Amino acid sequence: MHELSICQALLRQVEDIARREGADRVTKIILRVGPLGGVEPQLLQQAFGFARVGTLAAEAELSIEEAEILVHCLDCDAEGQALANRLLCPVCGSYRTRLLRGDELILASLELTRTTRDLLTDSEGYEHV
Amino acid sequence: MCETCGCNLTQANEHLLAEDAKLAHTASGREALEVLSGLLAENDHQAGHNRDHFDHHGVLAINLMSSPGSGKTVLLERTIQSLGEEFRLAVIEGDLETENDAQRIRALGVPAMQITTGSACHLDAHMVHQALHHLDLDEVDLLFIENVGNLVCPASFDLGQHLNLILLSVTEGDDKPAKYPVMFRAADAVLISKTDLLPFLDDFRPDQAEARIRELANPAPVFGVSAKTGSGMDAWLAWLRQEMAAHKARLGRSPELRSEDWKHHRHP
Repeated sequence: MHELSICQALLRQVEDIARREGADRVTKIILRVGPLGGVEPQLLQQAFGFARVGTLAAEAELSIEEAEILVHCLDCDAEGQALANRLLCPVCGSYRTRLLRGDELILASLELTRTTRDLLTDSEGYEHV
Repeated sequence: MCETCGCNLTQANEHLLAEDAKLAHTASGREALEVLSGLLAENDHQAGHNRDHFDHHGVLAINLMSSPGSGKTVLLERTIQSLGEEFRLAVIEGDLETENDAQRIRALGVPAMQITTGSACHLDAHMVHQALHHLDLDEVDLLFIENVGNLVCPASFDLGQHLNLILLSVTEGDDKPAKYPVMFRAADAVLISKTDLLPFLDDFRPDQAEARIRELANPAPVFGVSAKTGSGMDAWLAWLRQEMAAHKARLGRSPELRSEDWKHHRHP
């Protein structure tokens, strides 16, 4: 349910960046989301379908890269993968671990286009007013 | 209080993003822009602001989270009755509808602000900030923010709290921490509530609940309490007193060191 709030925050951020860069359209949004980030990628995709309407990202593709969980053991110094509800050291089983990766909720990158400039640029690359 | 902070944070965020953004051209003529900012940057920025306000006024803020009906408000009532003489308490209540919980707290002589979220399933930092306008933080030592009853959504939104307290009632399963790892991983303390019902619920084992919390690499203390009979309340109140003292000691240190302490509560 909170995926819609997160999508709206994402789109505010995306539109601010697009305007600042002078872009008229956002064609792709790439996120990095970890299993402990607190959002369901599938629900985020669904919410995005509704939230993007009427924004500069109305036709944008939302691409979500799912990160892995990686922990570092404070007891045996090992590093390794873990499950969201089992963050123990994969080597010695200690619960004294630190999460290195897996709780990301990051706007990684955007792909922008400037439609108006493309239309006003002739074959030699000169811009017309 | 906002004469000093300035509440228009959207513009502040734009500026921050501008410094990080990098531009690159792709072969297709489209521009790929590396951003690398938190998805909840706007909320986190406001949360940082709230935390600064709390620190400025010497307030310890605790975000109280659980499923609906696990006994958050009755725990607060008992806690107020026990600590009301010792500390100046205040409560921010989050619910979808009604003023009922805030009225229960006010009946005990403690200031309470009700936030009705409408359809929103969680509190966010902006809602808490608005509620803070109605509280005189100079008159408060300890602020409880009772979040909307929900084990999923509130976990994603930093409110500016210093500590997360999570209630797990014995009428729920003892595997709840394994089912909701994002929430329970962030707990600074877990209260197993309604322990007076344990004799009737032989399938809830507090040691199993604690084991599931440890599997989330969380060393947080786990207390069993019954707000109804008062059993276990002493250990919980002792922990609160200890955290109040620790907070005071932290506030005596430099702001840089203090912000290091809260890093693990924030999302990247």
